[in-house]
Amino acid sequence: MPEVTVTVDGVAYEEEVEPRLLLVHLLRDRLGRTGTPIGCDTGNCGSCTVLLDGRSAKSCSVLAVQADGSDVVTVEGLASGGDLHPMQRAFHEEHALQCGYCTPGMIMAAIDLLRDDPDPSEEAVRRGLEGNLCRCTGYCTIVRAVRRGARAMSGGRDAGPGGEAGGEAAGGPAGGEAAGEPAGEGVAAP
Amino acid sequence: MRPFAYLSAPDVATAVRAVADDPGAKFLGGGTNLVDLMRTGIERPDTVVDITSLPLAEVEERPDGGVRIGALVRNGRLAAHPLIRARYPVLSQAVLAGASAQLRNMATVGGNLLQRTRCPYFYDRTAACNKREPGSGCDAIGGFNRSHAVLGVSGSCIAAHPSDMCVALAALDAVVEVESVRGVRRVPLASFHRPPGDTPHVETDLSPDELVTAVELPPSPIAANSRYRKVRDRASYAFALVSVAAALEVRDGAVTGVALALGGVATTPWRAREAERALLGAPATEESFRRAAEAELAPATGLPGNTFKIELARRAVTATLRRLLTEGSPA
Ligand SMILES: Cc1cc2nc3c(=O)[nH]c(=O)nc-3n(C[C@H](O)[C@H](O)[C@H](O)COP(=O)(O)OP(=O)(O)OC[C@H]3O[C@@H](n4cnc5c(N)ncnc54)[C@H](O)[C@@H]3O)c2cc1C
Ligand code: SF4
Ligand code: FES
Ligand code: FES
Repeated sequence: MPEVTVTVDGVAYEEEVEPRLLLVHLLRDRLGRTGTPIGCDTGNCGSCTVLLDGRSAKSCSVLAVQADGSDVVTVEGLASGGDLHPMQRAFHEEHALQCGYCTPGMIMAAIDLLRDDPDPSEEAVRRGLEGNLCRCTGYCTIVRAVRRGARAMSGGRDAGPGGEAGGEAAGGPAGGEAAGEPAGEGVAAP
Repeated sequence: MRPFAYLSAPDVATAVRAVADDPGAKFLGGGTNLVDLMRTGIERPDTVVDITSLPLAEVEERPDGGVRIGALVRNGRLAAHPLIRARYPVLSQAVLAGASAQLRNMATVGGNLLQRTRCPYFYDRTAACNKREPGSGCDAIGGFNRSHAVLGVSGSCIAAHPSDMCVALAALDAVVEVESVRGVRRVPLASFHRPPGDTPHVETDLSPDELVTAVELPPSPIAANSRYRKVRDRASYAFALVSVAAALEVRDGAVTGVALALGGVATTPWRAREAERALLGAPATEESFRRAAEAELAPATGLPGNTFKIELARRAVTATLRRLLTEGSPA
């Protein structure tokens, strides 16, 4: 069986895994990091989002072997010494959750979004989090929380381990500003 | 998921040799499509050859002013790249119009080129589908076909090509570089994807053991003035009903250069040559744009579920050209 070396929330692991093991199952079932939930299990809902070498990824669509040599940050790795990460605090303060199932993925996706756009507009937050579905909140409080978290993070408060996680792994980061305008347009069903 | 062997290839020679030697092997890019299909048992490789360690992750300027994009450049990085944003804004926009940030962070250019259809019957193993199981029939033709194609279809398959990126590449005259144990060859994007005909399971010009190594974009005098418009059931995070990639040059009120391609409506990324012919030399007016769109859609054939796409495509082409004329490329 292949052996993978991964750092998860700052802890280094060496694990023998079957190639078909998904990263989310490695995290939850083998390493006990159940803070990352599985929603749809098909790459759609975003609840399983983690940072893989600093960029958001849907851990239900990644094989554990694909993460070999990578740095993984889950929602459990954000708080430092009992202090919530500013983005976690913002979700709490803005009541940006009801059942909470989407919350870990929302927070991880939001942290990735801020790398490219540290002060996103409401529109940019909505677009940036398009890959994360919430069945409860109607999104308004989530958008507010992300913008509040962004302000707190740029205000120089400690961003915790997640805020500086990752780095420039091969082919990973999408440096630079967010590109272009949205090319989207909806139509009503005829 | 069915068990399989995994190999992370250290170099191109090892990767192409491994797949040439094993008919049950498949290349793995970001895995955002392949892993999903393996989980549902639609793809059943014996060996997965991970190619993401290969040194093919650069976007490089070529001496002729064109750009070479390594097959392992992630979609998110491609869209944000300054060379792409400045010279081929339509490509940056098209990539950003697809999937979501998490998926674009993982997805590679090669994987995007080779992503499989989103026809719901293809994903449903209890349905008849000639693409999944040659000879079994096509449940989409008499079924729910709102998302399906109206151009390039056959009696065997009407699945729309799902990629946004490929629509921009079609407009930009991209060339795909592929490598195998037999050597390197270059395939124009226009002949890379195959219409379904009687063999919808054969989707591209590639043999299973050929690795996409790069996509080359020739220099284009008109591509800096280009845009992508994607029309879908909701404003984000959905596949296209219709999409349009367009580049336009106008001098003294007449069209002197145009490149146009359509997505969502055809079985392959669809270069709109008829529309281009109708536009070149014509006055740059709403009437010309509409006439060109009508010429392109003339051979379209709809089914009860997707006939609306024909008029939607005409309007989307007209609107994209109008916007390009009045506003140019998006900032
Ligand atoms: C929820 C969701 C929404 C999406 N929405 C959109 C959308 O709106 N628009 C859109 O365009 N796409 C969309 N996609 C699809 C996405 O763009 C593709 O999944 C992605 O581009 C595939 O790239 P990959 O590197 O992950 O490919 P993989 O999954 O790794 O591979 C896909 C296929 O390509 C083959 N392959 C990969 N690389 C190579 C290579 N270099 N040479 C030869 N063969 C290769 C593999 O063997 C496999 O058959 C969506 C996907 C999901 C899950
Ligand atoms: S349209 Fe093509 S992919 Fe869809 S069911 Fe018919 S044969 Fe299969
Ligand atoms: S569980 Fe991974 S995207 Fe839904
Ligand atoms: S809070 Fe329940 S899914 Fe978002």
